[in-house]
Amino acid sequence: MIAQEIGTGANMTLDAHIPSGPLAGKWDKHRFEMKLVSPANKRKFEVVVVGTGLAGASAAASLAELGYRVKCFCFQDSPRRAHSIAAQGGINAAKNYPSDGDSVYRLFYDTLKGGDFRSREANVYRLAQVSANIIDQCVAQGVPFAREYGGLLTNRSFGGAQVSRTFYARGQTGQQLLLGAYQALCRQIAGGTVKMFPRMEMLDLVVIEGQAKGIVARNLVSGEITSHPAEAVVLATGGYANVFYLSTNAKGCNVTATWRAHKKGALFANPCFTQIHPTCIPVAGEHQSKLTLMSESLRNDGRVWVPKRPEDHGKAPGAIAEADRDYFLERKYPSFGNLAPRDISSRAAKEVCDSGRGVGPGGRGVYLDLGDAIGRLGEQVIQERYGNLFDMYEKITGENAYKAPMRIYPAAHYVMGGLWVDYNMMSNLPGLFVIGEANFSDHGANRLGASALMQGLADGYFILPYTIGNYFASVKPARTSASHPEFKKAEQEANALTARLLSVKGKRSAASLHRQLGRLLWDKCGMTRNEAGLKEALKRIPELRAEFWNNVSVPGQGGELNQALEYAGRVADFMEFAELLCLDALDRRESCGCHFREEFQTPDGEALRDDQHFAYVAAWQRQGPDRPPVMHPEPLVYEEAHMSTRSYK
Amino acid sequence: MNLTLRIWRQKNGQAPGQFGTWEAKDVSPDMSFLEMLETVNEGLIERGQEPIVFDSDCHEGICGSCSLVINGVPHGGQHGTATCQLYMRHFKDGQTITIEPWRARAFPILKDLAANRSALDRIIQAGGFISVNTGGAPDGNTLPVSKEIADMAMDASACIGCGACVAVCKNASAMLFVAAKVSHLGLLPQGKAEKDRRVLHMVRQMDAEGFGNCTVTGSCEAVCPKEISLNFIARMNRDYGIALLKNR
Repeated sequence: MIAQEIGTGANMTLDAHIPSGPLAGKWDKHRFEMKLVSPANKRKFEVVVVGTGLAGASAAASLAELGYRVKCFCFQDSPRRAHSIAAQGGINAAKNYPSDGDSVYRLFYDTLKGGDFRSREANVYRLAQVSANIIDQCVAQGVPFAREYGGLLTNRSFGGAQVSRTFYARGQTGQQLLLGAYQALCRQIAGGTVKMFPRMEMLDLVVIEGQAKGIVARNLVSGEITSHPAEAVVLATGGYANVFYLSTNAKGCNVTATWRAHKKGALFANPCFTQIHPTCIPVAGEHQSKLTLMSESLRNDGRVWVPKRPEDHGKAPGAIAEADRDYFLERKYPSFGNLAPRDISSRAAKEVCDSGRGVGPGGRGVYLDLGDAIGRLGEQVIQERYGNLFDMYEKITGENAYKAPMRIYPAAHYVMGGLWVDYNMMSNLPGLFVIGEANFSDHGANRLGASALMQGLADGYFILPYTIGNYFASVKPARTSASHPEFKKAEQEANALTARLLSVKGKRSAASLHRQLGRLLWDKCGMTRNEAGLKEALKRIPELRAEFWNNVSVPGQGGELNQALEYAGRVADFMEFAELLCLDALDRRESCGCHFREEFQTPDGEALRDDQHFAYVAAWQRQGPDRPPVMHPEPLVYEEAHMSTRSYK
Repeated sequence: MNLTLRIWRQKNGQAPGQFGTWEAKDVSPDMSFLEMLETVNEGLIERGQEPIVFDSDCHEGICGSCSLVINGVPHGGQHGTATCQLYMRHFKDGQTITIEPWRARAFPILKDLAANRSALDRIIQAGGFISVNTGGAPDGNTLPVSKEIADMAMDASACIGCGACVAVCKNASAMLFVAAKVSHLGLLPQGKAEKDRRVLHMVRQMDAEGFGNCTVTGSCEAVCPKEISLNFIARMNRDYGIALLKNR
């Protein structure tokens, strides 16, 4: 039993349960081999789904359609507001409508290569296989994808790909896909098959005899903490990029659900794989609490440059002659040019800014110039393609990007790391499933553009609904009641944590401590990392955590709507999680994808991967607050793909 | 710049509320309105006082969480802009800014500036969807949709569900919100099969939630952060009339 292996700590072996047989047939074979739950028995099983983004909403709706009883939770005031809604650019699918050479295999290979061969081959292949179904499903739901005049769906190319496989709905693809899933969820809520709990935050996972048996959650309006037993728990709680304080994530995004599940025994995989997105609006000042992404679809028509000479960095862009501009992505990566993948583009921008050629306040910015495209296609075409992005840029910066190039700079955006899951999306704790950004499985060390939406919906619509049935049919998890001592214990612990946060009565806001943590991580564990910096961060994080618990101020009470309390609880978890992030980054003595260790690079400054020693998933097991976590490697075996060196030159 | 903030404070849904006054000092014109409020809140928290409660999340104008009536106008009166994308460069040094929650019978106040907008979710639950289960959908290109229709459906579907249309309306009507969803799904061939029952059920739920009627003053369109057109209300009225006649 896996549950017993947890007790034995370092001896634990991880089994990803990848089906045998040829890669292309694994999922079909597995679907046939999995046990089914008969329709009449499905309503005997209750599932808790936490999170209502693309993964959570699609899973909750699909499970309810199948006949399971679903309880669905979100901390926002409505399930429609989860942060998937902010995804701009698009969703990939191997439809090959443009006949430009795309195929399931090419999408699979691009995703694997884009992830720098640090993802699981069988998972990625399945993702590419189901991608086409997602588009069909969304069209049937009424998602208004962009169309050609003839009425057929249109595609565009996107960062890191040489084919046009990205479907989109203006610059609001995430919104439209989420509304599709939200509407499917609403239909089930109306039918009584899903009970929806908005403004409820999961505070703990309850594990009984090694199996996940439900959650404890706080009603954010009344402050009441209650238990919610279930035969399976699905976490679809997104990523932890807000550990950096400044990121493109929504303010509410947090690590609390996954971190508290980790503290109950779930393994955390590859936490150091954090993606820094190249095209965000640069930081304007100390007050800034959030960064805004400019969709990288702009890179299709935009050219990225800085002045060739550092002394030109303060000049107006129009005053810098063509010959004095360095189109550094085109220069360094001629075959992909401005469409080079995110990790590579981000580091290239950092490099030119470090050389003193960055533009804008503080010299932390590069130009994203659509001038050529406006000249070639006219302002109206550009407005049709990117009008909402130009508007957004103007709202935030007060500058008109039709007249002068935008300034952009990389920002924390997405995390590839997350809770460890097997091929069935189940964590090492039986009954705990993790989907979407919250798990680690499909993007390796770097995610390609327009693939997050694909993964969230693949997990929720087309994978989890199958695999969860196999768990129910083969394990037959028993019913548990909310009066079980483990639920009472978890409620008491959650209440005690609330009381502890309220009792510090210090002088600092959780935001000021979070900002300090974020700056430290951005500095030492951001776009590039090195041993000395990571060791320093590992020394300073516990000091900062001690400062938090000695000096945080949380006014108000626990039994009421208390946003300061909610936020402080999330920051407390970031303070613990940050240590694991740095530890993983220190442990992985290679550069791959977004994880760039300065010690490990090629002579021309590219990532130097070490397949001999590091071709594994690092799955961390917590040993309690006073002992270091234990890392369990899951070796990555490539049966079909060849682990090539990633080159976009 | 320095500003005076008059802010609605209310302990909970039952307690009476009142305006309180706070000073916001050294406000940068490059701050967003919510960053300005966060800075005020940090100061309150450091002094052990309860921060001002308001809803916000994405800060990109797309999630629809933020909901402030600023100087009498929902979202502060910048065309096509939600509160989170309103920047302080639009205000003047020394100005007094009045900040209130959405006010409508169907949006009970929870605390300070946060209101309960679940009524909008219940309207969607009443029929704002296309009834398809997961799996078995035909190829996306089997059903061509002309670009004009797809674009118009997208215009309607851009609604972020913030409720500013209700907050600004003298009748607290949710017609623009409901019309946007009815139009988005009704325009597309996929949504035609349920067109009649959808509009009937959604309008019935809207009335049951206590939203007022529409007198076509157009203030909703004026404050909508996604610039949803009043034409969709006309379209819904027509759809509703036809559905009523067909279902007599």
